[in-house]
Amino acid sequence: MLEIKNLHASIEDENRAILNGINLTVNPGEVHAIMGPNGSGKSTLSYILSGREGYDVTDGEVLYKGQDLLEMSPDERAAKGVFLAFQYPIEIPGVATMQFLKVALNSQRKARGEGELSTPDFMRLVKEKSAALNISQEMLKRPVNVGFSGGEKKRAEILQMAVLEPSLCILDETDSGLDIDALKLVAEGVNKLRSPDRAMIVITHYQRLLDYIVPDQVHVLSKGRIVKSGGKELALELERNGYAEYVGDAA
Amino acid sequence: MADLDTIERVKDIDVDKYKYGFTTEIESERAPKGLNEDTVRYISARKDEPQWLLDWRLEAYHRWLQMDEPTWARVNYPKIDFQDLYYYSAPKKTPGPKSLDEVDPELLAAYEKLGVPLREREILAGVEGAGTRVAVDAVFDSVSVVTTFKAELAKSGVIFCSFSEAVREHPELVKKYLGSVVPQADNYYAALNSAVFSDGSFVYIPPGTRCPMELSTYFRINEKNTGQFERTLIIADKGAYVSYLEGCTAPTRDENQLHAAVVELIAHDEAEIKYSTVQNWYPGDKEGKGGIYNFVTKRGDCRGHHSKISWTQVETGSAITWKYPSCILRGDYSRGEFYSIAISNGRQQVDSGTKMIHLGKNTSSRIISKGIAAGQSDNTYRGIVSAHRKATNARNFTQCDSLLIGDKCGAHTVPYIEAKTSTAQFEHEATTSKISDDQLFYCQARGLDQEEAVALIVNGFVRDVLQQLPMEFMAETQKLIGISLEGSVG
Repeated sequence: MLEIKNLHASIEDENRAILNGINLTVNPGEVHAIMGPNGSGKSTLSYILSGREGYDVTDGEVLYKGQDLLEMSPDERAAKGVFLAFQYPIEIPGVATMQFLKVALNSQRKARGEGELSTPDFMRLVKEKSAALNISQEMLKRPVNVGFSGGEKKRAEILQMAVLEPSLCILDETDSGLDIDALKLVAEGVNKLRSPDRAMIVITHYQRLLDYIVPDQVHVLSKGRIVKSGGKELALELERNGYAEYVGDAA
Repeated sequence: MADLDTIERVKDIDVDKYKYGFTTEIESERAPKGLNEDTVRYISARKDEPQWLLDWRLEAYHRWLQMDEPTWARVNYPKIDFQDLYYYSAPKKTPGPKSLDEVDPELLAAYEKLGVPLREREILAGVEGAGTRVAVDAVFDSVSVVTTFKAELAKSGVIFCSFSEAVREHPELVKKYLGSVVPQADNYYAALNSAVFSDGSFVYIPPGTRCPMELSTYFRINEKNTGQFERTLIIADKGAYVSYLEGCTAPTRDENQLHAAVVELIAHDEAEIKYSTVQNWYPGDKEGKGGIYNFVTKRGDCRGHHSKISWTQVETGSAITWKYPSCILRGDYSRGEFYSIAISNGRQQVDSGTKMIHLGKNTSSRIISKGIAAGQSDNTYRGIVSAHRKATNARNFTQCDSLLIGDKCGAHTVPYIEAKTSTAQFEHEATTSKISDDQLFYCQARGLDQEEAVALIVNGFVRDVLQQLPMEFMAETQKLIGISLEGSVG
């Protein structure tokens, strides 16, 4: 699904290296957790994978389903099934959430050469997916993320993911700002999407989320490199001992 | 399917058949270049106008001679040589394209995107003979629609006809109302229009009548060739209601660079007029050359108590737009509204806004203006809200929002607020924002390409105004907004 080989990247104009040789392979059906202290490059990695401007890839490559991911524009990546659940979802005033979902889904279908979904089919799809995430019809009429609470924003992100049905889901600190009930709801939504042909990268600061979304592998990111990989028990170890050990290692 | 149907029908028509008649007609109606008293007399004579109208035109002409071109707007353009223009049925300097094959592919692509039926595309693109063909060939759906609608209008007593026809058939109405809202010497361009106006629309809604349909949408083809100096007069008598649509979302080319229209609206007691415009004249090429100068005077008079006039405009075209649809709130409890979307891209210059003149007691007005500037364009909102000392309890709410795309464009807000009574309550809110990289990236990460993303964000920004448009215009306008902003990012 995804192969990251020796990825080096820096922030444009600043010439400051953020990623210093990341290697990571994610197979279909797998859930990988990436953990690490602030400033270790977690969000940068998610932005580079989804195609945000402002970063220079100085070395290495990223293959997605065997294709060069870094060559594609963000919308091409989305149409090919790459989805980033934002840490801080963006507000779009005046655009109803429902309309946004429809435009997004149909743009992707169009890019893939599929026909647009009819309005009744689309409504049925959204109704089904939103009910599971406890998202009301009223919320779908509100403009995208405008005036949403932290929990509503994250649920709306997962709803978009459920509707768009991507192959590779990248969840960037989806647990931040959530209380325990909202966290469970979001995790349930994510777990429902786990399937043998879908892969997930869960970026998180805390082990708590991984109680609910149980990963196949856990990676510790520090100073732009993966310094340790292991099973789900690695997350528990980090919870106990903190990151100090790894920060030291990488230095 | 509908489009294919039209294509088949157009193919069936022998193009050459009508071409010659059409050309001859134009030749015979050519007025000499330049403007003097004779030009005015010529126009009036060609139209068989009564003496009073000729006198009215001549008075306007003499007032115009003494006036100066206004310079206060934030627009720049080379000085117009008024003697270098044609003032009547200005013929095309070069023959029009013979068929759609000869029309600028860019223009055709725009029609395609808007979903304009093929037959209308020909007319809009100025294909020779296309205009007459419709009038001759009665098989076309819309022609029969026109006939049906005219019958229905007549049944309810509504008068809806060309201005020339109104002068012939309803002189007493024209005489009573013409120039009663925009006097001949109101401003430089209104005076010019009063002297040389070619034609336009006339609407009269009798007392207590609700006009059974949105006027003019279905007539947009017939309204072609009304010329560069259009004159529109709409009267809603006591308790009447009318919704009038002007313009067309499809880009329209025109050989006439200067357009100076006048629109007058009169609403009597408890009457309501809703006037919607979608303006998409040729904005010029990438350097801004060849675009239309649009200097329009639009004004509504809420003459009766509890009357209401509502302007809604979507301005996307023209090289220069100079336009301030206004309301005189004369009647007690009358209400004026102005909803505007003004988009400028490339080198376009927009100076537009409104005037709400509160004269009567308990009058209220509302202004929602959304300006979007992209490319190297300049977009100015200019408005006046004033309350006369007798306009007790006048109320106004104004909201001016500007959205900037890129860093080479400008947005300006110039509001004037004058209250001569202490009981007036005027509120003004203004914001300026930019489309952020975060918003663009968020949309792109969901699968929208950059242009779709801009269109979506801008459509969200103008939503409050879009909702004021008649349903049939809304969808078209949403698409138009996207097309107008193509190439504004990246």
